[in-house]
Amino acid sequence: MKLKTLILAGAMSVASGAAWAACSFENTVPLKSLSAGFEAWKAVTDAMAECGNFSASLDQEFREKQPEAFAANPALYQIGGVSNATLVPLLNAGTIRPLDDLVAKYGQDLLPNQLIKVDGQTMAVAMMVNAQHLMYRSDILADLGIAEPKTYADVLAAAEKIKEAGVVEYPLGGTFKTGWNLGQEFVNMYLGEGGEFFAEGNMPAINNEQGVRALETLKAMTAYMDPEYLVSDSTYVQQQFQQGKIAMANLWASRAAAMNDEAESQVVGKVKMAAAPMGSAAPATTIWWDGMVLAKNMSDEEADAAFRVMMEGIDAEMVQANNDVAVWLHPAYTPGELAAGAAASAEAGAKPYPASGPMGIMHTALGNGLADYLTGAKDAQTTLADIEADYLTAAKEAGLVSN
Amino acid sequence: MNFRTFAAFVGPSVFMMLLFIAFPLISVFKQSFYVTQPIYETVEVETCTPGFLTQTCVTEEKSIPKLDEHGEIITQTRFVGLESYRNVLEPERAWRAISEGSWSVLSAINFWKALRFTLTFTLITLPLVVGFGLAIAIVINNAAQAIRGPVIFVSLLPFIITPVIGALSINWLFRGDGVLTAMLEWWLNRDIALFAQAWTIELLMMLYRVWHVAPFAAIVFYAGLQTVNQDSLESAVIDGASRWQRLKYIVIPHLMPLIIFVSMIHLMDAYRVFEEIVGFSSQGYVISLQWLTYDFLVPDQAGNRSISRASASAMLTMVGIVILLIAPLRRTWRDHKGGH
Repeated sequence: MKLKTLILAGAMSVASGAAWAACSFENTVPLKSLSAGFEAWKAVTDAMAECGNFSASLDQEFREKQPEAFAANPALYQIGGVSNATLVPLLNAGTIRPLDDLVAKYGQDLLPNQLIKVDGQTMAVAMMVNAQHLMYRSDILADLGIAEPKTYADVLAAAEKIKEAGVVEYPLGGTFKTGWNLGQEFVNMYLGEGGEFFAEGNMPAINNEQGVRALETLKAMTAYMDPEYLVSDSTYVQQQFQQGKIAMANLWASRAAAMNDEAESQVVGKVKMAAAPMGSAAPATTIWWDGMVLAKNMSDEEADAAFRVMMEGIDAEMVQANNDVAVWLHPAYTPGELAAGAAASAEAGAKPYPASGPMGIMHTALGNGLADYLTGAKDAQTTLADIEADYLTAAKEAGLVSN
Repeated sequence: MNFRTFAAFVGPSVFMMLLFIAFPLISVFKQSFYVTQPIYETVEVETCTPGFLTQTCVTEEKSIPKLDEHGEIITQTRFVGLESYRNVLEPERAWRAISEGSWSVLSAINFWKALRFTLTFTLITLPLVVGFGLAIAIVINNAAQAIRGPVIFVSLLPFIITPVIGALSINWLFRGDGVLTAMLEWWLNRDIALFAQAWTIELLMMLYRVWHVAPFAAIVFYAGLQTVNQDSLESAVIDGASRWQRLKYIVIPHLMPLIIFVSMIHLMDAYRVFEEIVGFSSQGYVISLQWLTYDFLVPDQAGNRSISRASASAMLTMVGIVILLIAPLRRTWRDHKGGH
C-alpha cells in the first residue's frame, strides 16, 4: 500500500509539474509551506501544488521550526499549517497576518465556522476538525449483547464482560504513551468531569475532586489494557485494532479510515465510530482543528498569491477526492460513517482544546507526571500536587506566574 | 620544536576548542544563573473556533507577551543566582526525603530519579564492557589467521550501528509481541510484558549498551595484546603458569593503561546516556540526566521552554562526570609520575 501511494504521489507531482489542470489560476509567485505530515496535509498540499511554483514541507517537527521560520524577515515559509495549540506561539509573537481582506476577496466558498477569529480578526482558516472518540468492535459487542457504551462506567462494564468472554487479547486500547499522549488523556477526562485548569493569575487548579476522579478512571482503564500501555501511542493503538487485539478505544478521528484499509486491517467494516464516552459534565474529549495561517513578513502580492493557492488546496475537488481522510470543514464534505464519532461528540457538547501558553506548560507537566500514579508510585493527591508544583516552577521560569 | 612551529600546529586546534567548546560552555554556565522571560500582560480576548455548523466563541483572560515597535517580543533577563539549580535539585524536598529515609519520595523528584538510574547504568555496564571487551579481544587474538579478519568484522558490527537505530531495533524485537518476546513467551509458556515495569526496561538498556560498546573495548584491547612481551609469556609457560595465571599476571598488568583509558571513555559516555531513553521510550519509568536536560529544552506546543533549568541541569551533569573521572585520572597521574 505504501509503495502504491508513493508511486501515485510521484505520478501526481510529475503531472502537477507539467500542467496546472486542476488549478483555476497559474501561480507565478514562489511559495512554500510548513505543516505537520499526516494524510490530510498531504492531500491539501498536493492540491496546492497543482497551481505551480509551490513546495510543501511536511514535517513532524514543524512546531519547533515554525516560530523561528515565521519570525525571520522575509519569512522562510509563506504558508503555515497549524492546529489550535501550535497557533499560540505564532499568535503571541505576532508573526502571522490578519486575513480579513483576503477572505473578503477570495474566500466566498469558506464556511463562517472555518474562520478562526481572535478579537474579531481572522487569523487562520481551519480546514478540518479532529477529536478523540470511541471506536468499538460492533461484532464483539453485539455477540456479547452489550449496548453501545455511553459513559466510562459503561466502557468499564463492557471491558469486564469482554475480558470474561476472552474474545480479544485486551478489551481496551489507549493512547497512554508518557508525554503528550498521556497528558491529552487527562485533559479529556478532566474536561469531561467539568474541571477548570487554571485559577486567577495562571495559577494551577487541578488538585481537586474532578482531578482525582479523572485519575481514577484512567487507572481503572489500565487494568483492561496491554500492560505496556505507557509506550502505546496512536499508531500502536491503531495497529492493535487492525490486528484484532483490542475491542474498544478512545482514538483520533483521523485514524478512523485506517480501520477499513484492506491492505492493513483484519477488521474491515467491524469497527464502529461512536461519541466519546461521557464524563459527569461533558464528553471526555476535546475538539481540535487544523488549518492554515499566512506569515506577516512577506509582501502583499505574495500574501495574495498564497491565499489563492491556499483556497485551491481546500477546494471542493480536493475534499471530494479525499472525503474519508479527515472530517473536513467544507460544504462539499459528506460525513460518512467514519465521521459519525467526531460529529456525535461535538453534538453532545465536547469542548475545544483550551490552547494557551500556560496550557502548553500544564500539558507537559501532566504528560511527565501522570505515569507515577498509574504505576502506583504515588497516590492521586500527591501526583496532582507534584504536577502543580512542576507546572509552577516552569510557569515562573517562563514569566507566566509572578513570583 | 621551537615555539613558533608549536604554536602554528596547535593554534587552529586551540581556536576551534575555544570557539566550539569553551565559549558555549561559558555561555551555558552564565545562562544557568539568569532567567530570560517575555513580559506578559493580561488582556481579555475573544477567540472563535470551529464547531459543527456553528462557531464556538469564548471570551477569556489571556496572558499575551508585549511586543515592541518592531514587532519583537519584549524580554527581560534577570539574575536569579542559584534558583535554577534549586529548581532542578529541589534540595528541601530531597533533604526531607533523605531524613525520613523514604526512597520513594526521593525518587519522585526528577533529578534524583535520573541520577539514580544514570549511576546504576554507568557503574553496572562499566565492568561488563571491560570484561566482554577483553574476552572478545582474546578470542580474536587466538583465532586462526585465516578467519581473523571476518571475526574482527563481525565483532565490530554492533559498534558501527547508529545508537538510536540500534536501540529502536531492540525495542521492536522485545516490545509487545515482538519476535523475541513471542519466542520467550512460547518457551516459558507464560505472558511476558518487558515494557511494563522499570527493571526489565533497565535490564534491556544495559544489555543493549554492553552489546553496543564492548566491540570498541575489544578492538582497543586487541591492539594492546599485539605488544605483550612474548618472552615473558614463554618463560611463564616454562615455569608452568596456567592460562589464567598468564592472563592475570602478565597480560592484564600490561593492558592496565588501556583498561583505564576504556573505562574513562565509557564513564563519560555512559553518564550521558540518552539514546536508550529515547529508543526504548522509557520516560514513564526511567529517565537519565541527559534526557532531563533535553526535556527542559524541548518547547511545548505553546512554545515555552526552560532554558535556565536546562543549563543548570547540563552543568550538573558535567560536574557528575568530573567527579566520576577523578579516581581513574588520579591513578593515571600517579602512574605517569612513577614512570619518570
